[in-house]
Amino acid sequence: MDTKKTSLYQLHQDSKAKFVEFAGYQMPIQYAEGIVEEHRYTRNHSGIFDVSHMGQLFIYGQEDLVDDLERIFPLDLKNLKLNHSKYSFLMSDNAGIYDDLIITKIKDGFLIILNAACKENDYKILKELLNDKYKMILDEERSLIAIQGPKSVEILESVIQGVENLNFMSGNWFTLDDHNIYVTRSGYTGEDGFEVSLTNEFADRFTRRLIDKGAKLIGLGARDTLRLEAGLCLYGHELSKDKTPVEANLKWAISKERILKGNFIGSDIITKQLNHGVNKIRVGIKPEGRIIAREKTKIYSESNSEIGEITSGTFGPSVNGPVAMGYVENKFSKKDTKIFLEVRGKKHPATICGLPFYKKSYVKGVN
Amino acid sequence: MSEVKYSKEHEWIKLEGEIATIGITKHATEMLGDIVFAELPEKGSNVEKDGTAGVVESTKAASDVYTPVSGEVVDLNQSIVDDPSKINQDPENSAWFFKLKIKDKSEMDTLMNKDEYDIFAKESSA
Repeated sequence: MDTKKTSLYQLHQDSKAKFVEFAGYQMPIQYAEGIVEEHRYTRNHSGIFDVSHMGQLFIYGQEDLVDDLERIFPLDLKNLKLNHSKYSFLMSDNAGIYDDLIITKIKDGFLIILNAACKENDYKILKELLNDKYKMILDEERSLIAIQGPKSVEILESVIQGVENLNFMSGNWFTLDDHNIYVTRSGYTGEDGFEVSLTNEFADRFTRRLIDKGAKLIGLGARDTLRLEAGLCLYGHELSKDKTPVEANLKWAISKERILKGNFIGSDIITKQLNHGVNKIRVGIKPEGRIIAREKTKIYSESNSEIGEITSGTFGPSVNGPVAMGYVENKFSKKDTKIFLEVRGKKHPATICGLPFYKKSYVKGVN
Repeated sequence: MSEVKYSKEHEWIKLEGEIATIGITKHATEMLGDIVFAELPEKGSNVEKDGTAGVVESTKAASDVYTPVSGEVVDLNQSIVDDPSKINQDPENSAWFFKLKIKDKSEMDTLMNKDEYDIFAKESSA
Protein backbone atom coordinates (compact mmCIF):
# COMPACT_ATOMS: atom_id res chain seq x y z
CA MET A 1 0.00 0.00 0.00
CA ASP A 2 1.26 3.45 -0.89
CA THR A 3 1.87 5.84 1.94
CA LYS A 4 -0.73 8.58 2.12
CA LYS A 5 -0.02 12.28 2.21
CA THR A 6 -1.99 14.92 4.09
CA SER A 7 -3.16 18.16 2.47
CA LEU A 8 -0.26 19.97 4.13
CA TYR A 9 2.41 17.78 2.50
CA GLN A 10 3.58 20.56 0.17
CA LEU A 11 3.73 23.01 3.08
CA HIS A 12 5.77 20.52 5.12
CA GLN A 13 8.19 20.14 2.21
CA ASP A 14 8.43 23.91 1.79
CA SER A 15 9.20 24.12 5.51
CA LYS A 16 12.11 21.64 5.22
CA ALA A 17 10.41 18.82 7.11
CA LYS A 18 12.13 15.51 7.74
CA PHE A 19 9.50 12.88 7.04
CA VAL A 20 8.73 9.59 8.70
CA GLU A 21 6.11 7.00 7.88
CA PHE A 22 3.51 6.93 10.61
CA ALA A 23 0.33 4.81 10.47
CA GLY A 24 0.57 4.67 6.67
CA TYR A 25 1.10 8.43 6.24
CA GLN A 26 4.15 10.48 5.32
CA MET A 27 4.33 12.75 8.37
CA PRO A 28 6.83 15.42 9.46
CA ILE A 29 8.94 14.23 12.41
CA GLN A 30 10.69 17.61 12.66
CA TYR A 31 11.52 20.75 10.70
CA ALA A 32 14.80 22.65 10.28
CA GLU A 33 15.03 24.00 13.83
CA GLY A 34 14.77 20.62 15.52
CA ILE A 35 12.70 18.96 18.21
CA VAL A 36 13.95 20.87 21.26
CA GLU A 37 13.41 24.28 19.66
CA GLU A 38 9.98 23.24 18.33
CA HIS A 39 9.03 21.99 21.78
CA ARG A 40 10.07 25.28 23.42
CA TYR A 41 8.29 27.35 20.78
CA THR A 42 5.05 25.52 21.55
CA ARG A 43 5.45 26.05 25.31
CA ASN A 44 6.35 29.74 24.96
CA HIS A 45 4.53 30.84 21.83
CA SER A 46 2.37 28.84 19.42
CA GLY A 47 2.88 25.59 17.52
CA ILE A 48 0.88 24.17 14.60
CA PHE A 49 0.49 20.39 14.34
CA ASP A 50 -0.79 18.58 11.27
CA VAL A 51 -2.92 15.81 12.78
CA SER A 52 -4.88 15.18 9.58
CA HIS A 53 -3.88 11.51 9.72
CA MET A 54 -6.20 11.08 12.71
CA GLY A 55 -9.70 9.80 12.03
CA GLN A 56 -12.70 12.14 12.02
CA LEU A 57 -15.70 9.89 12.40
CA PHE A 58 -19.13 11.48 12.10
CA ILE A 59 -22.06 9.37 13.34
CA TYR A 60 -25.54 10.75 12.72
CA GLY A 61 -28.59 9.89 14.83
CA GLN A 62 -30.85 11.05 17.66
CA GLU A 63 -31.95 9.49 21.02
CA ASP A 64 -31.45 5.91 19.80
CA LEU A 65 -27.86 6.69 18.93
CA VAL A 66 -27.22 8.14 22.39
CA ASP A 67 -28.57 4.95 23.99
CA ASP A 68 -26.54 2.72 21.69
CA LEU A 69 -23.32 4.68 22.22
CA GLU A 70 -23.80 4.50 26.00
CA ARG A 71 -23.64 0.73 25.65
CA ILE A 72 -20.19 1.20 24.07
CA PHE A 73 -18.55 4.14 25.88
CA PRO A 74 -18.33 4.58 29.69
CA LEU A 75 -19.76 8.09 29.42
CA ASP A 76 -22.89 9.93 30.50
CA LEU A 77 -23.73 10.91 26.92
CA LYS A 78 -27.37 11.77 27.74
CA ASN A 79 -26.11 14.76 29.68
CA LEU A 80 -23.34 15.74 27.28
CA LYS A 81 -24.27 19.20 26.07
CA LEU A 82 -24.22 20.24 22.43
CA ASN A 83 -20.65 21.03 21.30
CA HIS A 84 -19.06 19.59 24.44
CA SER A 85 -16.32 16.94 24.30
CA LYS A 86 -15.21 14.01 26.45
CA TYR A 87 -12.11 11.82 26.45
CA SER A 88 -12.97 8.13 26.29
CA PHE A 89 -12.04 4.65 25.00
CA LEU A 90 -13.28 1.98 22.69
CA MET A 91 -12.94 -1.24 24.67
CA SER A 92 -13.19 -4.99 24.20
CA ASP A 93 -15.43 -7.18 26.40
CA ASN A 94 -12.39 -7.58 28.69
CA ALA A 95 -12.05 -3.77 28.93
CA GLY A 96 -8.86 -3.90 26.83
CA ILE A 97 -8.37 -0.60 24.98
CA TYR A 98 -8.84 -0.71 21.18
CA ASP A 99 -8.35 3.04 21.00
CA ASP A 100 -8.53 6.23 23.04
CA LEU A 101 -10.59 9.04 21.53
CA ILE A 102 -12.36 12.36 21.93
CA ILE A 103 -16.13 12.32 21.40
CA THR A 104 -18.03 15.55 20.80
CA LYS A 105 -21.82 16.06 20.69
CA ILE A 106 -22.69 17.84 17.44
CA LYS A 107 -26.05 18.94 16.12
CA ASP A 108 -27.13 15.76 14.36
CA GLY A 109 -25.02 13.22 16.20
CA PHE A 110 -21.43 12.82 17.35
CA LEU A 111 -17.94 13.52 16.06
CA ILE A 112 -15.27 11.08 17.27
CA ILE A 113 -11.55 11.78 16.81
CA LEU A 114 -9.60 8.52 16.49
CA ASN A 115 -5.94 7.55 16.35
CA ALA A 116 -4.57 7.19 12.82
CA ALA A 117 -3.32 3.64 13.31
CA CYS A 118 -6.64 2.50 14.80
CA LYS A 119 -9.25 4.39 12.79
CA GLU A 120 -10.10 1.76 10.17
CA ASN A 121 -10.45 -0.97 12.77
CA ASP A 122 -12.46 1.34 15.08
CA TYR A 123 -14.83 2.07 12.22
CA LYS A 124 -15.43 -1.65 11.63
CA ILE A 125 -15.93 -2.37 15.32
CA LEU A 126 -18.35 0.52 15.78
CA LYS A 127 -20.31 -0.28 12.62
CA GLU A 128 -20.82 -3.81 13.87
CA LEU A 129 -21.66 -2.77 17.44
CA LEU A 130 -24.21 -0.28 16.09
CA ASN A 131 -25.65 -2.94 13.72
CA ASP A 132 -25.20 -0.60 10.77
CA LYS A 133 -28.20 1.39 12.04
CA TYR A 134 -26.72 4.87 11.60
CA LYS A 135 -25.03 6.91 8.91
CA MET A 136 -21.28 6.79 9.70
CA ILE A 137 -18.64 8.74 7.79
CA LEU A 138 -14.92 8.33 8.42
CA ASP A 139 -14.27 11.62 6.69
CA GLU A 140 -11.16 11.65 4.49
CA GLU A 141 -12.24 14.96 2.93
CA ARG A 142 -11.39 16.93 6.06
CA SER A 143 -8.01 17.87 7.55
CA LEU A 144 -7.30 18.38 11.25
CA ILE A 145 -4.92 21.09 12.39
CA ALA A 146 -4.01 21.65 16.06
CA ILE A 147 -2.67 24.97 17.31
CA GLN A 148 -1.16 24.81 20.79
CA GLY A 149 0.63 27.12 23.19
CA PRO A 150 0.02 30.40 25.05
CA LYS A 151 -0.21 32.66 21.98
CA SER A 152 -2.55 30.33 20.09
CA VAL A 153 -5.79 31.95 21.29
CA GLU A 154 -4.65 35.38 20.07
CA ILE A 155 -3.39 34.00 16.74
CA LEU A 156 -6.45 31.86 15.98
CA GLU A 157 -8.84 34.63 17.10
CA SER A 158 -7.23 36.97 14.57
CA VAL A 159 -8.09 34.46 11.82
CA ILE A 160 -11.42 33.05 13.09
CA GLN A 161 -13.31 35.58 15.22
CA GLY A 162 -15.09 34.11 18.24
CA VAL A 163 -12.87 31.14 19.06
CA GLU A 164 -11.59 32.92 22.18
CA ASN A 165 -15.02 32.41 23.77
CA LEU A 166 -14.77 28.60 23.62
CA ASN A 167 -14.22 26.86 26.96
CA PHE A 168 -11.85 23.92 27.42
CA MET A 169 -13.28 20.71 25.88
CA SER A 170 -16.01 22.49 23.93
CA GLY A 171 -16.36 23.53 20.32
CA ASN A 172 -18.46 25.16 17.62
CA TRP A 173 -18.88 25.69 13.88
CA PHE A 174 -17.36 28.82 12.36
CA THR A 175 -17.32 30.16 8.81
CA LEU A 176 -14.21 31.47 7.12
CA ASP A 177 -14.12 32.40 3.40
CA ASP A 178 -17.32 30.34 2.92
CA HIS A 179 -15.68 27.25 4.46
CA ASN A 180 -17.33 25.46 7.38
CA ILE A 181 -14.81 24.94 10.13
CA TYR A 182 -15.33 23.04 13.37
CA VAL A 183 -13.09 24.29 16.18
CA THR A 184 -12.68 22.72 19.62
CA ARG A 185 -10.62 24.06 22.50
CA SER A 186 -8.49 21.01 23.19
CA GLY A 187 -5.18 19.42 22.39
CA TYR A 188 -2.53 17.03 23.54
CA THR A 189 0.44 19.09 24.67
CA GLY A 190 -0.50 20.33 28.15
CA GLU A 191 -0.98 23.81 26.67
CA ASP A 192 -4.05 25.89 25.95
CA GLY A 193 -5.00 25.41 22.32
CA PHE A 194 -7.45 24.36 19.62
CA GLU A 195 -8.10 21.63 17.11
CA VAL A 196 -9.50 22.81 13.79
CA SER A 197 -11.38 20.52 11.39
CA LEU A 198 -11.68 21.93 7.87
CA THR A 199 -11.89 20.82 4.25
CA ASN A 200 -8.72 19.46 2.64
CA GLU A 201 -8.75 22.09 -0.09
CA PHE A 202 -8.70 24.94 2.46
CA ALA A 203 -6.14 23.38 4.88
CA ASP A 204 -2.97 24.67 3.21
CA ARG A 205 -4.18 28.26 2.81
CA PHE A 206 -5.55 28.34 6.37
CA THR A 207 -2.31 26.99 7.90
CA ARG A 208 -0.17 29.49 5.98
CA ARG A 209 -2.32 32.24 7.51
CA LEU A 210 -1.53 30.96 11.01
CA ILE A 211 2.17 30.95 10.11
CA ASP A 212 1.89 34.56 8.88
CA LYS A 213 0.51 35.46 12.32
CA GLY A 214 3.56 33.98 14.07
CA ALA A 215 2.73 30.33 14.73
CA LYS A 216 5.28 27.70 13.62
CA LEU A 217 4.92 24.16 12.29
CA ILE A 218 5.84 21.49 14.84
CA GLY A 219 6.63 17.86 14.00
CA LEU A 220 5.66 14.55 15.59
CA GLY A 221 8.97 14.46 17.50
CA ALA A 222 8.10 17.50 19.61
CA ARG A 223 4.48 16.37 19.81
CA ASP A 224 5.81 13.30 21.62
CA THR A 225 8.05 15.21 24.08
CA LEU A 226 5.21 17.68 24.78
CA ARG A 227 2.57 15.00 25.47
CA LEU A 228 4.98 12.99 27.60
CA GLU A 229 5.85 16.01 29.77
CA ALA A 230 2.09 16.59 30.09
CA GLY A 231 1.69 12.97 31.32
CA LEU A 232 -0.63 12.04 28.44
CA CYS A 233 -0.91 8.50 27.07
CA LEU A 234 -0.01 7.51 23.53
CA TYR A 235 -1.81 4.59 21.93
CA GLY A 236 0.55 1.72 21.14
CA HIS A 237 2.78 2.74 24.04
CA GLU A 238 0.86 3.36 27.27
CA LEU A 239 -2.38 2.02 25.84
CA SER A 240 -3.13 -1.25 24.05
CA LYS A 241 -5.61 -4.13 23.86
CA ASP A 242 -3.82 -5.67 26.87
CA LYS A 243 -4.42 -2.66 29.14
CA THR A 244 -7.64 -1.45 30.74
CA PRO A 245 -8.47 2.20 31.54
CA VAL A 246 -8.12 1.39 35.27
CA GLU A 247 -4.65 -0.06 34.76
CA ALA A 248 -3.79 2.96 32.60
CA ASN A 249 -4.72 5.16 35.59
CA LEU A 250 -7.45 6.84 33.53
CA LYS A 251 -10.41 6.09 35.79
CA TRP A 252 -11.13 9.84 35.95
CA ALA A 253 -12.40 9.51 32.36
CA ILE A 254 -15.04 6.93 33.32
CA SER A 255 -18.40 8.39 34.36
CA LYS A 256 -19.18 7.58 38.03
CA GLU A 257 -22.87 7.47 37.16
CA ARG A 258 -22.21 4.85 34.50
CA ILE A 259 -20.09 2.70 36.82
CA LEU A 260 -23.03 2.45 39.24
CA LYS A 261 -25.36 1.34 36.46
CA GLY A 262 -22.85 -0.72 34.45
CA ASN A 263 -24.16 -2.02 31.15
CA PHE A 264 -21.38 -0.86 28.86
CA ILE A 265 -18.82 -3.02 27.08
CA GLY A 266 -16.13 -3.98 29.58
CA SER A 267 -18.12 -2.73 32.60
CA ASP A 268 -17.80 -6.00 34.55
CA ILE A 269 -13.99 -5.92 34.46
CA ILE A 270 -13.87 -2.17 35.11
CA THR A 271 -16.12 -2.51 38.17
CA LYS A 272 -14.12 -5.45 39.47
CA GLN A 273 -10.82 -3.58 39.05
CA LEU A 274 -12.20 -0.44 40.69
CA ASN A 275 -13.37 -2.47 43.71
CA HIS A 276 -10.44 -4.88 44.06
CA GLY A 277 -7.53 -3.01 42.51
CA VAL A 278 -5.21 -3.95 39.66
CA ASN A 279 -1.89 -5.83 39.51
CA LYS A 280 -0.07 -3.26 37.43
CA ILE A 281 -0.72 0.43 37.01
CA ARG A 282 0.64 3.30 34.90
CA VAL A 283 2.92 5.74 36.74
CA GLY A 284 5.22 8.67 36.04
CA ILE A 285 8.94 7.93 36.43
CA LYS A 286 11.75 10.41 36.97
CA PRO A 287 15.23 8.96 36.34
CA GLU A 288 18.06 10.47 38.42
CA GLY A 289 20.70 12.40 36.51
CA ARG A 290 20.42 12.46 32.73
CA ILE A 291 19.92 8.80 31.86
CA ILE A 292 17.10 8.22 29.36
CA ALA A 293 15.03 5.06 29.80
CA ARG A 294 13.30 4.20 26.52
CA GLU A 295 10.27 2.04 25.85
CA LYS A 296 10.73 -1.62 27.01
CA THR A 297 13.32 -0.69 29.67
CA LYS A 298 12.88 -3.08 32.60
CA ILE A 299 12.00 -1.68 36.02
CA TYR A 300 13.35 -3.20 39.26
CA SER A 301 12.50 -2.72 42.94
CA GLU A 302 15.10 -1.77 45.58
CA SER A 303 15.31 -5.48 46.42
CA ASN A 304 16.16 -6.19 42.76
CA SER A 305 12.97 -7.95 41.64
CA GLU A 306 11.53 -7.07 38.25
CA ILE A 307 8.36 -5.02 38.79
CA GLY A 308 7.50 -3.53 35.41
CA GLU A 309 8.45 -1.89 32.13
CA ILE A 310 8.79 1.59 30.64
CA THR A 311 6.25 2.46 27.92
CA SER A 312 7.63 5.90 26.86
CA GLY A 313 10.80 7.70 27.82
CA THR A 314 12.67 10.68 26.48
CA PHE A 315 14.34 13.94 27.41
CA GLY A 316 11.85 16.63 28.42
CA PRO A 317 13.10 20.01 27.19
CA SER A 318 10.87 22.05 29.56
CA VAL A 319 11.63 19.82 32.54
CA ASN A 320 15.27 19.93 31.40
CA GLY A 321 15.80 16.29 32.23
CA PRO A 322 14.69 12.78 31.41
CA VAL A 323 11.03 11.79 31.87
CA ALA A 324 9.26 8.45 31.48
CA MET A 325 6.03 6.58 32.00
CA GLY A 326 5.56 2.89 32.55
CA TYR A 327 3.64 0.16 34.33
CA VAL A 328 4.73 -1.16 37.74
CA GLU A 329 3.23 -3.60 40.23
CA ASN A 330 0.61 -1.76 42.24
CA LYS A 331 2.49 -1.98 45.56
CA PHE A 332 5.42 -0.06 44.03
CA SER A 333 3.24 2.64 42.47
CA LYS A 334 3.23 5.12 45.37
CA LYS A 335 4.77 8.50 44.73
CA ASP A 336 8.44 8.79 45.82
CA THR A 337 9.04 5.00 45.69
CA LYS A 338 12.66 4.31 44.74
CA ILE A 339 13.11 2.05 41.72
CA PHE A 340 15.87 1.05 39.29
CA LEU A 341 15.90 1.13 35.49
CA GLU A 342 18.09 -1.25 33.51
CA VAL A 343 19.70 0.72 30.67
CA ARG A 344 22.48 -0.90 28.60
CA GLY A 345 23.06 -3.57 31.26
CA LYS A 346 23.40 -1.18 34.22
CA LYS A 347 20.76 -0.35 36.83
CA HIS A 348 20.11 3.34 37.30
CA PRO A 349 18.14 4.87 40.20
CA ALA A 350 14.78 6.56 39.55
CA THR A 351 11.68 7.63 41.47
CA ILE A 352 7.94 7.13 40.96
CA CYS A 353 6.42 10.57 40.58
CA GLY A 354 3.09 12.27 40.06
CA LEU A 355 1.91 13.33 36.60
CA PRO A 356 2.15 15.61 34.74
CA PHE A 357 5.88 16.41 34.75
CA TYR A 358 5.05 19.86 33.44
CA LYS A 359 1.96 21.84 34.37
CA LYS A 360 1.01 25.26 33.18
CA SER A 361 -1.45 27.52 34.91
CA TYR A 362 -4.18 27.83 32.32
CA VAL A 363 -5.76 31.16 31.41
CA LYS A 364 -8.92 32.12 33.27
CA GLY A 365 -12.07 30.40 32.12
CA VAL A 366 -10.15 27.50 30.68
CA ASN A 367 -9.97 24.15 32.48
CA MET B 1 51.89 18.22 13.07
CA SER B 2 48.48 16.77 13.66
CA GLU B 3 46.46 14.58 11.34
CA VAL B 4 42.62 14.41 11.26
CA LYS B 5 40.87 11.33 9.89
CA TYR B 6 37.28 10.12 9.73
CA SER B 7 35.48 6.80 10.20
CA LYS B 8 32.46 5.29 8.44
CA GLU B 9 30.64 5.51 11.78
CA HIS B 10 31.01 9.31 11.59
CA GLU B 11 33.73 9.81 14.20
CA TRP B 12 36.66 12.15 13.71
CA ILE B 13 40.10 11.44 15.14
CA LYS B 14 42.97 13.85 15.57
CA LEU B 15 46.39 12.35 16.26
CA GLU B 16 49.10 14.34 18.06
CA GLY B 17 52.14 12.19 18.89
CA GLU B 18 50.66 9.03 20.34
CA ILE B 19 47.56 10.74 21.77
CA ALA B 20 44.38 10.67 19.67
CA THR B 21 41.37 12.94 20.36
CA ILE B 22 38.06 11.48 19.20
CA GLY B 23 34.63 12.99 18.66
CA ILE B 24 31.62 12.75 16.33
CA THR B 25 31.33 14.71 13.09
CA LYS B 26 29.08 17.67 12.35
CA HIS B 27 27.32 15.46 9.81
CA ALA B 28 26.59 12.93 12.59
CA THR B 29 25.08 15.61 14.82
CA GLU B 30 22.88 16.81 11.95
CA MET B 31 21.56 13.29 11.45
CA LEU B 32 20.99 12.74 15.18
CA GLY B 33 19.25 16.03 15.91
CA ASP B 34 19.31 17.58 19.39
CA ILE B 35 21.67 15.57 21.58
CA VAL B 36 20.40 15.33 25.15
CA PHE B 37 22.59 12.61 26.68
CA ALA B 38 26.20 11.49 26.35
CA GLU B 39 28.03 8.59 28.00
CA LEU B 40 31.80 8.12 27.76
CA PRO B 41 34.08 5.10 28.28
CA GLU B 42 35.87 4.68 31.63
CA LYS B 43 39.17 6.42 32.08
CA GLY B 44 41.96 3.84 32.16
CA SER B 45 39.95 1.29 30.19
CA ASN B 46 41.18 -0.23 26.93
CA VAL B 47 39.04 0.07 23.82
CA GLU B 48 39.37 -1.90 20.59
CA LYS B 49 39.13 -0.48 17.07
CA ASP B 50 35.47 -0.39 15.91
CA GLY B 51 34.23 -1.32 19.40
CA THR B 52 31.67 0.77 21.30
CA ALA B 53 33.16 3.54 23.39
CA GLY B 54 30.18 5.61 24.46
CA VAL B 55 26.59 6.52 23.70
CA VAL B 56 24.80 9.62 22.49
CA GLU B 57 21.06 10.06 22.65
CA SER B 58 18.81 12.52 20.90
CA THR B 59 15.20 13.14 21.88
CA LYS B 60 14.38 10.39 19.36
CA ALA B 61 16.84 7.54 19.91
CA ALA B 62 20.12 6.24 21.32
CA SER B 63 23.22 5.63 19.17
CA ASP B 64 26.51 3.98 20.03
CA VAL B 65 29.78 5.84 19.62
CA TYR B 66 32.59 3.69 18.23
CA THR B 67 36.32 4.16 18.51
CA PRO B 68 38.08 4.26 15.13
CA VAL B 69 41.36 3.00 16.66
CA SER B 70 42.48 0.88 19.65
CA GLY B 71 44.06 2.30 22.77
CA GLU B 72 43.85 3.24 26.43
CA VAL B 73 41.39 5.96 27.49
CA VAL B 74 43.54 8.67 29.07
CA ASP B 75 41.14 11.64 29.20
CA LEU B 76 37.41 12.38 29.05
CA ASN B 77 35.47 15.53 28.18
CA GLN B 78 33.15 15.80 31.20
CA SER B 79 31.64 19.07 29.87
CA ILE B 80 29.69 17.24 27.14
CA VAL B 81 28.24 14.86 29.75
CA ASP B 82 27.13 17.83 31.87
CA ASP B 83 25.74 19.73 28.87
CA PRO B 84 25.22 17.44 25.85
CA SER B 85 23.88 20.33 23.72
CA LYS B 86 27.54 21.40 23.36
CA ILE B 87 27.96 18.46 20.97
CA ASN B 88 25.50 20.07 18.53
CA GLN B 89 27.16 23.46 18.92
CA ASP B 90 30.82 22.58 18.34
CA PRO B 91 31.14 18.88 17.46
CA GLU B 92 34.52 18.90 15.71
CA ASN B 93 36.36 21.06 18.20
CA SER B 94 35.57 21.77 21.88
CA ALA B 95 32.97 18.97 22.12
CA TRP B 96 35.48 16.12 21.73
CA PHE B 97 34.53 12.88 23.55
CA PHE B 98 37.70 11.13 24.79
CA LYS B 99 41.46 10.86 24.29
CA LEU B 100 43.33 7.63 23.67
CA LYS B 101 46.93 6.60 23.99
CA ILE B 102 46.94 4.64 20.75
CA LYS B 103 48.31 1.11 20.36
CA ASP B 104 48.94 0.84 16.65
CA LYS B 105 49.48 3.92 14.53
CA SER B 106 48.89 1.93 11.32
CA GLU B 107 45.18 1.70 12.22
CA MET B 108 44.96 5.35 11.18
CA ASP B 109 45.67 4.30 7.57
CA THR B 110 42.35 2.47 7.32
CA LEU B 111 40.41 5.74 7.90
CA MET B 112 39.24 8.42 5.47
CA ASN B 113 40.71 11.87 4.97
CA LYS B 114 38.52 14.97 4.93
CA ASP B 115 37.71 14.90 1.21
CA GLU B 116 36.93 11.19 1.25
CA TYR B 117 34.70 11.59 4.28
CA ASP B 118 32.77 14.53 2.82
CA ILE B 119 31.89 12.42 -0.22
CA PHE B 120 31.05 9.42 1.98
CA ALA B 121 28.80 11.55 4.22
CA LYS B 122 27.02 13.07 1.25
CA GLU B 123 26.38 9.65 -0.31
CA SER B 124 25.28 8.01 2.94
CA SER B 125 22.68 10.70 3.57
CA ALA B 126 21.35 10.70 -0.01
